[in-house]
Amino acid sequence: MMAQENTPILNTEDRGGPAQPLLVVKDLKKYFPVRNELFAKEKKFVHAVDNVSFSVAKGKTLGIVGESGCGKSTTAKLIARLINPDSGKMVFDGDGVAEYGGIALKEFRKNLQMVFQDSFASLNPRLTIEQTIAYGPTVHGVSNAEASVQARALLQRVGLAPELFASRYPHELSGGQRQRVNIARALAYQPRLVILDEAVAALDKSVQAQVLNLLQELKNERQLTYLFISHDLHVVHYMSDEVMVMYLGQVVEKGPVDRIFNHAAHPYTQALLSAIPSMDPTKRTLKPPLEGDPPNPINPPAGCRFQDRCPHVKDSCRSISPKLAPVGVVFDHIVACHLNLEPRTYA
Amino acid sequence: MWVYILKRLLYALPIALSVTVISFMLVYLAPGDPLNAIAPADAPAEVIEALKSAYGLDKPVPVQYGLWVWRALHGDLGTSIASGRAVLTEVMGAVSNTFMLATIASLMGVCVGCVLGALAGYQRGSWIDKIATTLSVIGVSIPHYWLGLVLTIVFSITLGWLPAMGAGPGGSSEWVWDLEHLRFLVLPAVTLCVIPMGIITRTVRALVADMLEQEFVIALRARGLSSMAVFQHIAKNTAPTVLAVTGLQIGYLMGGSILVETVFAWPGTGFLLNTAIFQRDIPLLQGTLLVLCMIFVVLNLLVDIVQPLIDPRMGRA
Amino acid sequence: MNDQTQTSPSVGYWRVVLRQLKHEPLAMISAGVLLVLIIAAVFAPWLAPADPFKASMLKRLLPIGSPGYLLGTDELGRDMLTRLMYGGRLSLLMGIVPVFSAFFIGTTLGLFAGYLGGRVNMVIMRTLDIFYAFPSVLLAVAISGALGPGLSNSLIALTLVFVPQIVRVAESVTTQVRQLDYIEAARMSGASAFSIIRVHVLGNVLGPVFVYATGLLSVSMILASGLSFLGLGVKPPEPEWGLMLNTLRSAIYNKPFIAALPGAFIFLTSIAFNLLADGVRSAMDIKK
Repeated sequence: MMAQENTPILNTEDRGGPAQPLLVVKDLKKYFPVRNELFAKEKKFVHAVDNVSFSVAKGKTLGIVGESGCGKSTTAKLIARLINPDSGKMVFDGDGVAEYGGIALKEFRKNLQMVFQDSFASLNPRLTIEQTIAYGPTVHGVSNAEASVQARALLQRVGLAPELFASRYPHELSGGQRQRVNIARALAYQPRLVILDEAVAALDKSVQAQVLNLLQELKNERQLTYLFISHDLHVVHYMSDEVMVMYLGQVVEKGPVDRIFNHAAHPYTQALLSAIPSMDPTKRTLKPPLEGDPPNPINPPAGCRFQDRCPHVKDSCRSISPKLAPVGVVFDHIVACHLNLEPRTYA
Repeated sequence: MWVYILKRLLYALPIALSVTVISFMLVYLAPGDPLNAIAPADAPAEVIEALKSAYGLDKPVPVQYGLWVWRALHGDLGTSIASGRAVLTEVMGAVSNTFMLATIASLMGVCVGCVLGALAGYQRGSWIDKIATTLSVIGVSIPHYWLGLVLTIVFSITLGWLPAMGAGPGGSSEWVWDLEHLRFLVLPAVTLCVIPMGIITRTVRALVADMLEQEFVIALRARGLSSMAVFQHIAKNTAPTVLAVTGLQIGYLMGGSILVETVFAWPGTGFLLNTAIFQRDIPLLQGTLLVLCMIFVVLNLLVDIVQPLIDPRMGRA
Repeated sequence: MNDQTQTSPSVGYWRVVLRQLKHEPLAMISAGVLLVLIIAAVFAPWLAPADPFKASMLKRLLPIGSPGYLLGTDELGRDMLTRLMYGGRLSLLMGIVPVFSAFFIGTTLGLFAGYLGGRVNMVIMRTLDIFYAFPSVLLAVAISGALGPGLSNSLIALTLVFVPQIVRVAESVTTQVRQLDYIEAARMSGASAFSIIRVHVLGNVLGPVFVYATGLLSVSMILASGLSFLGLGVKPPEPEWGLMLNTLRSAIYNKPFIAALPGAFIFLTSIAFNLLADGVRSAMDIKK
């Protein structure tokens, strides 16, 4: 069902051309102070995001995976400037963000939008669907009437008939419908980059499939770039062009989706992938993918953070932190591991 | 645990300090010179000057405040202008009277409230529930000073069973715990107890009804526990909240008893405060306010500290 | 979802609450009673049979049902019915106005404290904590006593008593709402804090605060009349229910019903406010 569009699809001009990454993030850092003790000798911090750097190519989907607490959502919020980073730089299509001489924050907000996991909490229960979607454009100068027209067109595009849904309230919609509304709301800004933070995690599988397909269609129509955060590896595999793996606030591996899924280089990624339940009866395993306890995110130890659970740990792992480096000669697959193992194959 | 207590104490200190400031400064809010209350308007200048320095009113206000606090810490709250007695003596005497009244009223209210609330909670929707709820609404809606008047009319004037005013034939200084004196306590206490009664009934009813619907009760019954045992369970779980509310109510009644005490001429802190206001008896006013508020702060602090001990859910690491 | 081509637009939130309220009999009765009292009070100059200030030494304390004086006369010979109607004006005013003022002031302060968080929050809330050290009655009496008797002083005193309580509720709700995802989504719009508060936060905070404020109305009535009863509120010869209770005290010996009459009205109003507030609360609950 393809609706006719009345609104232009691209608004902000492409400045750098297809080769320039849309978003470059350098050394993002965010430590949260631990507040509970009154008489602590030294301040303790949770190293939520620790020197995270990556780039996202235009028109591609970067999947970000990792277990709970690895910092993926915090990274998303730092990029979206919902939280302010302690340090680090962001460059959007060649221009610094919120920097002197770069893009102002309010302007940046038009380019980057986010869809959250909890579809119900993401919508103001007091506003109708139409009002929710129309709010964003009105902040950026669009008249109320025009914003309403745009909102209805977007509703149509995401598969919700405006006559039925525009005047409804969030509690009258199902989870899948609400998430479509959230997508429409994000699109109302005509962004170039959309962050999807566990956007389909709370939906039933069948509904998930519909929403994911919608996202793919929209991406192609509007030349969108996605940051797709998820802990569900199947979905990540389906949606992503590139995958980035995070562990305890750091990037441990990044590369094209097929390389990561078939030739993972980091022991943690390998463990994650081996934990995916498989339909193949020949692939049974008794060993748990990971052993040992995850280390304390508060004031983490020196060296590689995966040291306590890594099956291949060496002495150097406990003292020196590994840096991201290419795997072999494949330049777009990078890993932060001293072993830089011969990648094992997972079919 | 101790950290928590320490934190609450530290937190209460600035509040206590502010209370002293406000108690002291309140009189200066009033229009007119505080001196007018002490000296007659047409007194000669030297007399006024002498009175000023005698009461320390010639010093700058912060200094007066400092001196006042310093003396208060040593137990000297000044002398009442009206009666000439030490403020501390007056206030402490009044405090004991109000404490007696407030505690008895609270306990009465809480007991009746618990019973009514439990009955109502157990029999949701029945006529008992309706009566209990009605009584509860009346308890929190009724102007208690009016109730006092009505009770006086009924029991004192019409029936002649109980005395209308005062604290006993010999005044409060000769209080004895006998029937002769207790008769004076009945009406004020009953009047005052409707407020906690209303609040506790509502609270207990909600708690009990809530708890009866929870799964652990069904689980207990399924295991064959008798109703009595289930009731004990519920009582144990309700106790912390009830105790907390009771503590707060005692504090509230101690501070807020002024209206009832005025109706019954019960010589408590409220009555004293009333007198102090109308006679513009500044030392007495400051002293009474200070003591009353300190009691309230201390009571709140105690409730804050004791509650996590009883209710494990509230305990902070 | 159903397949109608045209669906009725969702009615506004408050209209639903109002509709729900109609199913609460007690609340409706209370609203009716309050309406009667308010009309009697507002239109007292036209509806009352006599002059509230006209005293007559010969006609003191006439019993209820006396010809021409439906509810008797007070200790100075003034018609009770008239005095009660006029008294309603001041009593209701003293009860309602402080709650309204505290509602506006308190909600604003609470919104700021809750949304901005951090230092602003701490300063506002800690300052208000000082007011919590005083029980409401004591605070009202103390402030009134300090400022002196009079209508405006009492209104100020009562407003000051209620503001901290309302701020507490507003701040608490705002803090909760602020953490919800739709506020983050609103922040992603680039809108100013003011716009976000106005469009997204305010609507969701007003509900609980409103419920709390309606619960305060009965307390305010009792407290306001109580202040007058103590001599700290309205001054004689103004008619006001609490003050009338005070001046009629000596009459409880020979004319107890007349002496108790003003208090009965305070009770009636207070209980009506309470039942109405309860009704509003459950009407808003069911919607959620």
